[in-house]
Amino acid sequence: MKPTYGPSWPLALLLVCALYPLFPAVDTQLLRLTGRSLGDQMPTLFIFAVLALALNVVVGYVGILHLGIAAFFGLGAYVTGILTVPAYPFEMGFYVAVVAATLVGALFGFLIGVPTLRLRGDYLALVTLGFGEVVRFSLRNLDAITAGTRGLNPVPPPVVPGLSLQWETDFRPFYYLTLLFLAGVYLLLSGLERSRLGRAWVAIREDELAANCMGLNTGRLKLAAFVLSAALAGLAGCLYATKYTSTGFPDAYDFNRSVFMLCCLILGGIGSRNGVLLGVTLLFAFEYLLSPVVDERLQAMVGPPSEKTVDLFGGYTVTFAKEMQTFAGWRLFVFGVVLILMMRFRPAGLLPANRVKEELQTPAAPPVASNDGGAA
Amino acid sequence: MPPLFAEFDWFNLGQQTINGLQFGALVALIALGYTMVYGIVELINFAHGDLFMLGCFLALTVCGWFGLADATVADAPLWKLAVTVGLAVVLVPLFCAALNVGVDRMVYRPLRTAPKLAPLVSAIGVSFVFMNVGLFWGGSQSVDFPKVLEASEAHVLGDPPPSAATAGDPTEQKKTRNLLGPNSKLEITSRHLLVFGVTVPLMIALTLFVKRTTTGRAMRAVAQNPAAARLMGINTDRVIAITFAIGGALAGFGSVVYTLTINSVNYQMGFQNGLYAFTAAVLGGIGNIPGAVLGGLVIGLVRSLGSAYIGETWSGALIFVVLIVILVFRPTGLLGSRVREKV
Repeated sequence: MKPTYGPSWPLALLLVCALYPLFPAVDTQLLRLTGRSLGDQMPTLFIFAVLALALNVVVGYVGILHLGIAAFFGLGAYVTGILTVPAYPFEMGFYVAVVAATLVGALFGFLIGVPTLRLRGDYLALVTLGFGEVVRFSLRNLDAITAGTRGLNPVPPPVVPGLSLQWETDFRPFYYLTLLFLAGVYLLLSGLERSRLGRAWVAIREDELAANCMGLNTGRLKLAAFVLSAALAGLAGCLYATKYTSTGFPDAYDFNRSVFMLCCLILGGIGSRNGVLLGVTLLFAFEYLLSPVVDERLQAMVGPPSEKTVDLFGGYTVTFAKEMQTFAGWRLFVFGVVLILMMRFRPAGLLPANRVKEELQTPAAPPVASNDGGAA
Repeated sequence: MPPLFAEFDWFNLGQQTINGLQFGALVALIALGYTMVYGIVELINFAHGDLFMLGCFLALTVCGWFGLADATVADAPLWKLAVTVGLAVVLVPLFCAALNVGVDRMVYRPLRTAPKLAPLVSAIGVSFVFMNVGLFWGGSQSVDFPKVLEASEAHVLGDPPPSAATAGDPTEQKKTRNLLGPNSKLEITSRHLLVFGVTVPLMIALTLFVKRTTTGRAMRAVAQNPAAARLMGINTDRVIAITFAIGGALAGFGSVVYTLTINSVNYQMGFQNGLYAFTAAVLGGIGNIPGAVLGGLVIGLVRSLGSAYIGETWSGALIFVVLIVILVFRPTGLLGSRVREKV
């Protein structure tokens, strides 16, 4: 196999992203057209991209289904909140918080990973889900620490010595801050993929038993992936809390967030960094840009959604729920169908990693279990 | 938190135990669907809880056909109540079974040879689609299910005599009567009887089916080794479809009993209840039918006693702590046997 160097389009994309804020006319034009500033939304996209890349370490490289990434995201956000808001005596600012959030994420990843990583794949998925829910319940119930459903705020923006930045009114500081972190995480992972560690992870994904027989310490390797993923998720949480100046509502870190991230991975391509970025961009654009804009347009055209009763035949009526008439009402449906169709027709994703594609093309399972239309 | 050496309220403990067993029996009914499907295709059917939720909405719709709503149900004649419940008991399990088989045919069957996580991810997708259907069906708010059980009870036993403590309180009038008498400290109501009256016979029937019939034996064979079962002339696809049908039907019975005893329905109920049920299945040893029942009862007790003695807000988290602890220390569950990993 000839050595393949990654396509240079991620670099081009990075360049486009980096240059975008330098042309404020584009942003104002978009603001005028759609009512929302793209530049203001992009930092959230970058944060979610960091989170998706974090999830990709566990799901993509090692092949463990992780259904609780949002818990580590939430932990990062709350650590940031506790360390920076005026309600607590610490008020240490962004730089300490970003390190602490990453470390606390890693610590919790370690604590939950040590006892559970020897479990079978589907059980492990359930443990991660359970952990996610325990964290969410705890954030909600430990009112004295987390301020319950009110959230910790205000989280102050970072202080850059020598520069006076307008974090509240100007979107550019957050834009560049989050883009910087995203680029850093992307580079870190691209290095890791080619390292001994990354190749060992892929070996585990392809066949854990075989990897074990070859002398890889699979337990420790899986733990490393789990901890790294948790740490990066914690980092993303810190950025998220800083961007929104609040830890927000504990339900922002629930199972739905975890599955949203998983959808991004599956849509874009499990195990492929560029695929993950594509997936997160597509779903983010659907959820936060397309669906609100379409809904606004729809409402402007046909008025607010209301229950409509349609007479079908013979006096039998069907009532269409309000939710059915909004674009956003269909979002669960869209996510569900994306998951089902991708698994069925394109399990490697839209932009598959080369290796994953090869794995899926070689006939892995023995033909005895296949369907031949019920021979019996 | 009650003081440690205060007089302990044994009646409260007893009552919480009864309530816990009642909820646990319901959970067990849903857990059976998980455990049977897992036993046979090794798939955590994530959509099972949402199937149960759709069953609840169908039961609500059946009530709608007969003009029963929360406000009018007290005035409905007994025959109407009986016909409604009868129709729901037939229709809802059929619907859930058909839906489950359909989903298996369309979504899971093409993925039988795919890596194990592919059907699991698809199941999450199906669960989302079901949730969206539920959202369209019943709206985003909780809907009150008409109190059919209480209304029928009033018909059969006459109007409830007001107990001394609650006389004059209009909200107390709607409560189910205590079958042990109005002054008993323990309370057993028709809800408790209904839940046990439905779940226990169903479980016995299921056990007999799996143990005694040819199809049951085929199911056990497929669970043990699908390839070998195939070579012995078993139509595995048919057996898997039957398993999905039975699992779906049990969820359907669960929906009817749930709506009659817990009179509130919303489109997100499937997730929480499904997780309770899944935890129960794992707790008992997944793939193991008596295990699912035992697990369900334990989960019911944990939830009930947990909310009574630790706090209502923590009971959800408690269930997951139980799940994690069980998986870590005894991943095969209480009754499961250890399976060696195949090469």
